[in-house]
Amino acid sequence: MQDVENIVNGQKLFLKEEYQTSLAAKKEFESAMGAVNPAKVEEIAQWTKSWDYREKNLAREAITINPAKACQPLGAIMAGLGFENTMPYVHGSHGCVAYFRSYFTRHFKEPTPCVSDSMSESAAVFGGLANMKDGLRNCNAMYKPDHIAVSTTCMAEVIGDDLGAFIIGAREEAEGELDNLPITYAHTPSFVGSHITGYDNMMKSILEQLSIGKEASVKDEERINIIPGFEPYLGSLAEIKEIGKMFSDKIVMLGDHEEQWNTGAGGYSLYAGGTTLEDAKTAINAKATISLQKYSTIQTAKTIKNKWKQIYETCNPIGLSGTDEFVMMLSKLTGKDVPEALKTQRAQLVDAMQDSYPYMHGKKFAIYGDPDFLLGLVSFIVEMGGIPTHVLCNNAPRKGWEEDMQAIISKSDWKDDCNIWMGKDLWHLRSLLFTEPTDFLIGNVYGKELYRDTGIPLIRIGFPIFDRHHLHRYSISGYKGALNLLTWIVNGVLDQLDEETKDIAKTDYFFDCVR
Amino acid sequence: MSETLEALQKEAIEEVLKIYPDKAKKNRAKHLGVDTPEGVKGACDKTRSNKQTVPGVMSQRGCAYAGSKGVVWGPIKDMIHISHGPVGCGQYSRAGRRNYYIGTTGIDTFVTMNFTTDFTEKDIVFGGDKKLKKALEEIDILFPLNNGISIQSECPIGLIGDDIQAVAKVHKKASDKPTVAVSCEGFRGVSQSLGHHIANDMIRDEVMPDASYRKDFVSTDYDVAIIGDYNIGGDAWASRILLEEMGLRVIAQWSGDASYKEMAIAPKAKLNLLHCYRSMNYISRHMEQEFGIPWMEYNFFGPSKTTESLRKIAEFFGPEIQAKTEAMIAKYTAMTDAVIAKYKPKLEGKKVMLYVGGLRPRHVIGAYEDLGMEVIGTGYEFGHGDDYKRTKEDIARSTLIYDDVNEYELEQFVKKLKPDLVASGVKEKYVFQKMGLPFRQMHSWDYSGPYHGYDAFAIFAKDMDLAMNSPVWSHTKAPWEKEEIGA
Repeated sequence: MQDVENIVNGQKLFLKEEYQTSLAAKKEFESAMGAVNPAKVEEIAQWTKSWDYREKNLAREAITINPAKACQPLGAIMAGLGFENTMPYVHGSHGCVAYFRSYFTRHFKEPTPCVSDSMSESAAVFGGLANMKDGLRNCNAMYKPDHIAVSTTCMAEVIGDDLGAFIIGAREEAEGELDNLPITYAHTPSFVGSHITGYDNMMKSILEQLSIGKEASVKDEERINIIPGFEPYLGSLAEIKEIGKMFSDKIVMLGDHEEQWNTGAGGYSLYAGGTTLEDAKTAINAKATISLQKYSTIQTAKTIKNKWKQIYETCNPIGLSGTDEFVMMLSKLTGKDVPEALKTQRAQLVDAMQDSYPYMHGKKFAIYGDPDFLLGLVSFIVEMGGIPTHVLCNNAPRKGWEEDMQAIISKSDWKDDCNIWMGKDLWHLRSLLFTEPTDFLIGNVYGKELYRDTGIPLIRIGFPIFDRHHLHRYSISGYKGALNLLTWIVNGVLDQLDEETKDIAKTDYFFDCVR
Repeated sequence: MSETLEALQKEAIEEVLKIYPDKAKKNRAKHLGVDTPEGVKGACDKTRSNKQTVPGVMSQRGCAYAGSKGVVWGPIKDMIHISHGPVGCGQYSRAGRRNYYIGTTGIDTFVTMNFTTDFTEKDIVFGGDKKLKKALEEIDILFPLNNGISIQSECPIGLIGDDIQAVAKVHKKASDKPTVAVSCEGFRGVSQSLGHHIANDMIRDEVMPDASYRKDFVSTDYDVAIIGDYNIGGDAWASRILLEEMGLRVIAQWSGDASYKEMAIAPKAKLNLLHCYRSMNYISRHMEQEFGIPWMEYNFFGPSKTTESLRKIAEFFGPEIQAKTEAMIAKYTAMTDAVIAKYKPKLEGKKVMLYVGGLRPRHVIGAYEDLGMEVIGTGYEFGHGDDYKRTKEDIARSTLIYDDVNEYELEQFVKKLKPDLVASGVKEKYVFQKMGLPFRQMHSWDYSGPYHGYDAFAIFAKDMDLAMNSPVWSHTKAPWEKEEIGA
């Protein structure tokens, strides 16, 4: 029973004797093998750590287990929320939207505005036009957006709803209410690609559709666009903008969702920050556009290169050399020298890397996540002398990414010890970690089950992270972002060193106060 | 005071409706109302519910898949539940609901994992049955200790004409393990609710007929099953301990920390105890018809309701159990009285607005009232008329009733009624915290809990005190600011 002077919640309550007795008695009625024959559980658990199991596991063709990816509309919502006063609108079931909002909200600890038009059986039969007619009007009346960014769920895609025609139809019947409201739309089927594909499709649509009527031939020679991609680190957005400002006032971020998920206490407002619609409309007139996530902007790139005839570049400013490249790109495009402040930041970063390198040198890392995130992180690990033993990506496109990753790994002295695992999931990774263990694991929250099972410490970098607070507020991009990465990784290594050496009178001679 | 509150609540409804275009206004008006304990034909009798959500709003509702995979089937720990279709649904619903269980995850239990057939365009065009068949086979190779597989359909399955029932049937025969195909596509129905119903129907059709575990089962006169407790944060554990102490034997726990066997032996119970009426009344009625097992609703939130429920349950089993129950109640009441004495002075008179799903919009009212807190608004995400009717018994004062309330409405209601605490879900949480309002998630117990039973009430009280009386709320206004900011 609870001690009123020391009330404990479930963590400790169930350790009390009466609960342990009750839980033990429950086993009589259970069929799970742990209750029937615990030795069998142990036997199978051991087998799952074997090479035999690994081979069977890697041979899977049909079932995906614990993938590190989500579906298209999630990315479309992030793209939409990067523009000012924009309401993401999902044409499909509201169940999906409840999931998207919860998912982002658990990561950012912030509200996530997004509506759906609640399609159900009747829409499955007759199409979702009626939903869209009411939905756009209601959304406009209630949330007063300056722009609605429409994406779709797989249901709407399977039945083949024609978004363009539906929006025209909805406008016609809205008694003028939607006349001056830009409504952009993208088809974002969940059964194609992943969340980064949805980001790409929505971004392309927003940029193309908002710039209708503007001439691509009119060029503002000073204007440079930067597309951040599916960026869960809000601090990265801030840092990229700051670096841009050091070069020019005419560097504009397209899809800037930093403020939307970082509003202060003292009142709630639905919309915050974002790329102005004016900037979005004139994106077409820039001289150049830089994408910071090559593989999250494959379709968007086509618009910029082929339709807008702009200089299109990709950079990945995660880690030292990635940031160098980005900085030199800005220098080249603006014709300005690298500012002193950045030179100082770089020197400080390199200094820090040189302070900490012994703890990362020769350490083996397993790392998983989105394709561009991995290119950046692996590059940084290699720069530090770490070994990216297992690099696992579920959602990289077939073309290009593996070669890009191989090129980075080739810079490592241990390049032959590194493996790239395309299209694999975290249950595959479990086998890899048991058969070819690493010292550390880097990835999102779902890595914690791998940590529990294998004992390999998880350093949380990625998306989503639900079980640690505020990491998303930091930057992982730029020189300062690389310093954050360094801090997290090196201190992760040092925490583990303390963990391994803390046994009193056994190993604690190495439990040093100075490291 | 109650008249003023009632007037304010009615005014709030009028004001909130102003923003809507006519069609939506007419619709939403029927979902909103006010009721009082003494009122006749108030909102609890009249509120329109379980209807299509108005398109284009920020509804908090989920879908049929969420109701089946997320709520009913997902927590059954020794089965593997496949999210059949594209990758998203399984990912968003992975490990977020806090359905606690004991087991070796990935070996003999699988609740927090995400198994998905991860559909590609090819599967949509050519159908996914072959992939599903293969997936089932692969699962049996890699997870030999699974005690069955359920196939949880996502939207496309019902639209592309796949025959998952046939695939399941073949696999069931080949593997000799339960293989259950659930057609809980997200577009079915208007909310999670139909998913619960569909999930219940599949338990009825696929699990209830399985007598294998019932054959040698040795019954006692005091066997009960807990139905509709998902063991969020350990709720069902904190409940079963009380039932055991009063002399009953809990033979099954549905479906939080449930194993397949517990699903199959439930028809051996002498009484089914139903906590979440909304999501599991269907199967309770079925067991009553098919096996003659009576069922009884109970409420383990807060000492008043818990004690009332325990007495009702004890009465069913007769004097011996009743005597034990009274002794137990006396023992725990001493503790809960101390909890109330400790926390009520800090919480008394504080106003609460609720918005949750299932049973909680009515069941938790008593727990707040035990602490002297006053619930002035409540509503269901996916309730039906019978839920609202039952709510009448639980309201303690004039209460604003809102069905499928959307974010705009809830925000306006809160601004108007100025509660001291909002208790709802994660999507709503930060909206109200930014307004300077203490908030508790009442789906996940805000990562605390359990909240069912006597021991849990102590946690509930402590958590509410923590939320209400944290110094952090006093920092919102900067020292250089003169005016009130926030809500």
